[in-house]
Amino acid sequence: VAMAAALRGPGARFRWRLAAAGRGPRGGVRTAGPGQRDYDLLVIGGGSGGLACAKEAAQLGRRVAVVDYVEPSPRGTRWGLGGTCVNVGCIPKKLMHQAALLGGMIRDARHYGWEVAQPVQHSWRKMAEAVQNHVKSLNWGHRVQLQDRKVKYFNVKASFVNEHTVCGVTKDGKETLLSADNIVIATGGRPRYPTHIEGALEYGITSDDIFWLKESPGKTLVVGASYVALECAGFLTGIGLDTTVMIRSIPLRGFDQQMSSLVTEHMASHGTRFLRGCTPSQVRRLPAGRLQVTWEDRTSGKEDTDTFDTVLWAVGRVPETRSLNLEKSGVKTSPDSQKILVDSRDATSVPHIYAIGDVAEGRPELTPTAIMAGRLLAQRLFGQSAALMDYDNVSAPAGAGPARERVSCPRVRMVCLREPPQLVLGLHFLGPNAGEVTQGFALGIRCGASYAQVMRTVGIHPTCSEEVVRLRISKRSGLDPTVTGC
Amino acid sequence: MEAALSELTPEADVPVVFVKQRKIGGHGSILKAYQEGRLQKLLKMNDSEDLPESYDYDLVIIGGGSGGLAAAKEAAKYDKKVMVLDFVTPTPLGTRWGLGGTCVNVGCIPKKLMHQAALLGQALRDSRNYGWEVEETVKHDWEKMTEAVQNHIGSLNWGYRVALREKKVVYENAYGQFIGPHRIKATNNKGKEKIYSAERFLIATGERPRYLGIPGDKEYCISSDDLFSLPYCPGKTLVVGASYVALECAGFLAGIGLDVTVMVRSILLRGFDQDMANKIGEHMEEHGVKFIRQFVPIKVSRVACRFVDSILMLKGKKRVVLMVAASFSALTGKIPVTDEEQTNVPYIYAIGDVLEDKLELTPVAIQAGRLLAQRLYAGSTVKVRLTSFVSLPSGIMGLSCLLANVYHSYFWPLEWTVPSRDNNKCYAKVVCNIKDNERVVGFHVLGPNAGEVTQGFAAALKCGLTKKQLDNTIGIHPVCAEVFTTLSVTKRSGGSILQTGC
Repeated sequence: VAMAAALRGPGARFRWRLAAAGRGPRGGVRTAGPGQRDYDLLVIGGGSGGLACAKEAAQLGRRVAVVDYVEPSPRGTRWGLGGTCVNVGCIPKKLMHQAALLGGMIRDARHYGWEVAQPVQHSWRKMAEAVQNHVKSLNWGHRVQLQDRKVKYFNVKASFVNEHTVCGVTKDGKETLLSADNIVIATGGRPRYPTHIEGALEYGITSDDIFWLKESPGKTLVVGASYVALECAGFLTGIGLDTTVMIRSIPLRGFDQQMSSLVTEHMASHGTRFLRGCTPSQVRRLPAGRLQVTWEDRTSGKEDTDTFDTVLWAVGRVPETRSLNLEKSGVKTSPDSQKILVDSRDATSVPHIYAIGDVAEGRPELTPTAIMAGRLLAQRLFGQSAALMDYDNVSAPAGAGPARERVSCPRVRMVCLREPPQLVLGLHFLGPNAGEVTQGFALGIRCGASYAQVMRTVGIHPTCSEEVVRLRISKRSGLDPTVTGC
Repeated sequence: MEAALSELTPEADVPVVFVKQRKIGGHGSILKAYQEGRLQKLLKMNDSEDLPESYDYDLVIIGGGSGGLAAAKEAAKYDKKVMVLDFVTPTPLGTRWGLGGTCVNVGCIPKKLMHQAALLGQALRDSRNYGWEVEETVKHDWEKMTEAVQNHIGSLNWGYRVALREKKVVYENAYGQFIGPHRIKATNNKGKEKIYSAERFLIATGERPRYLGIPGDKEYCISSDDLFSLPYCPGKTLVVGASYVALECAGFLAGIGLDVTVMVRSILLRGFDQDMANKIGEHMEEHGVKFIRQFVPIKVSRVACRFVDSILMLKGKKRVVLMVAASFSALTGKIPVTDEEQTNVPYIYAIGDVLEDKLELTPVAIQAGRLLAQRLYAGSTVKVRLTSFVSLPSGIMGLSCLLANVYHSYFWPLEWTVPSRDNNKCYAKVVCNIKDNERVVGFHVLGPNAGEVTQGFAAALKCGLTKKQLDNTIGIHPVCAEVFTTLSVTKRSGGSILQTGC
């Protein structure tokens, strides 16, 4: 320990690590004790959860390192620091959604007196470049932030050597060893390929690729019924592309089914084609380069086929645990989902190793949840806090394509307990700016809002959200809920 | 019996007499009233005819706007005979409109539609950054927009007439005037008069814009009453006033490409949080609206083609360029009421903008109208209760800076990043009461879709939202509203609130 103290300082640490690496990655690694290890906290995965945790711990004065690495997609797509949300999730998705909404607004503009020549063409290239540039600025922003907070960042692919040590490999194959008292696994997930379908891996793409395409995807088949599938199909339709969604059974499993069908109806009325009850069996590449997809209609039993420029698989996500060498650390995963098993303190089966975000079993796969979990974890580890994460009452938006802004009213449903004071249990809202509308009500529900309290709130007029405080008709009554105007 | 009586009415001698629901008193008081001639007067009431034997209507409502129509439809639910008298006195320019009141015809609805037209102009510019091949400059056609807006309003007017008919509410397009107790005269626009009697009346006549009272104002100026149906483009416009009406109109006029100047006598948005008001003014200036501060117009005249500084003279081949958006005033002065909307005359009620000291908002009027009808005809006792509002400054809540933690932040809507628009202009602020568990007592937001964002928080505030609950709530991502779940910097600390992106 005395020698370790004497060697403290940036140069000293570097020498020590080189010495350790010099002995080879596997053999002869000196097992360091607490306080002698390189870091107080090592975070594996530089996404929403990982970065939040790392920055919070650094703010509490700890020595923190983040290792982040993006295994290229089968198509070769890769990206920078920031994780799924920033690079291939929330951010580019919403920007492309905005592009689609703007298409609708251009059409509306004529009705409001704007002299726009119609129809207007859309350039995928221009949009993709703008979106990709913004994402890159966020990658940069995150790197600067880590630097400012004195968090060490390594762009290396990590795997466990033992429960306190991780081996990181750079793109060029160089290896480093990193040890830490505490480790947080926040590697998230990646899209699943249906490898049992012939041609799926070779010819299809996923959400990992769509946002980074330089050329337009053209006529696209989206396979899947998740919000990822519907959101992508939505904005593709909105920018004018021929889009089909193939769904095996029901749309948006896990969401309120009445709202889900309203979503798909809306999308269909705006030009997205749906193939319900169908499963693809084969994807072939034609001589000219287009893709021929064959599928089976489960109700009729018949086979059908069509040609597309792009096939986008949106059939679920798998946790990034396969290449971590978890057995070396003793961390257990769920046999069904492969996700890491955690308790209410986000601890894995190994006491000083934690897991947060999409990679953890039983957690909602949402950025704000991961961020909050990361921060609270850092506070519990280093900040004398005992606060646990509350995973209940989390609201999530599911964008489904351009919605027209109308003064008349959206679909709203509020679910309340029957017995007085009729506490509000849930709120569903289908309409423009659904996320903006719902956030405040989420707060209200957290505060134990009752139906009466919501009804006594004066509406802000004219907005769509005021419909929530005007809900008078119950489903049970059977009355017509259509609103006819101001 | 005398003891029982004295319990019910603090009177000692019998009989206790009531005339027209007003207690005169016991035998002694009656005699005195008769001797003084007061009793006769009471029975006669303004020298008009006697009280009608029976009433034509249970309820006559004067004013077919947000409040009046809500009350009419509610009262009709209880099988009451209801009549609505609605009449629009033309503006100096001659503008008039149909059933529905201010909100529908010359307020909320056309305002938001024209605001939307302005937003779409911005969307057209943004869309180029998102890959849409739109021309760089797109012209706007005022007449096309106004026609579309008026068509929509027309459909709403029609919808109201149908709704009233379906609920068996009688509607007359006539000007109502009281002519005696329980009697009203209705004059239509051809001058034909009819007299109706009713057990109760509801005044919901609202307000009209005020003119400046300077030479030339009525001849050459317009108001919000005229703007939304103006048959020609207003062109280079001067908006006089600093109310939300002035700023909203100036905002959308600039947004559709017009040259707009706002003349403000002193401060913007009196009664609103001045921090927010100033931010709004700055934002408008940055987007091309000119402001002339601490000036008042003294004269308006028509001129061939020169613009002179000292006296306001306005160029115009057409009539209109000057817009007056000063505060409003009721037709006959505002009406004070009890907390049950009753005037000093027991059978006459009043709701909506015509009331003294009440918030001038459609949803408030609607709620008031509905609740009143329920109290009158359905045995309810519920009164209007208001929640804290966005627009109330912390001053009015009686909270001094020492007792409040004000958390704030700028935010940048994701949609504005690609067109690189307005970074660190949107602003979020909550005011928390230190002495009460940091309860959120004030909520302010400056940004797109502010109304949509605020509604839910209004409900939450009503439920006693605290800062801790705000902090413990997971944000919805990526939306503007989530900024409220991550506020950490207080105003007092002076810390930086500039945002750098997700």
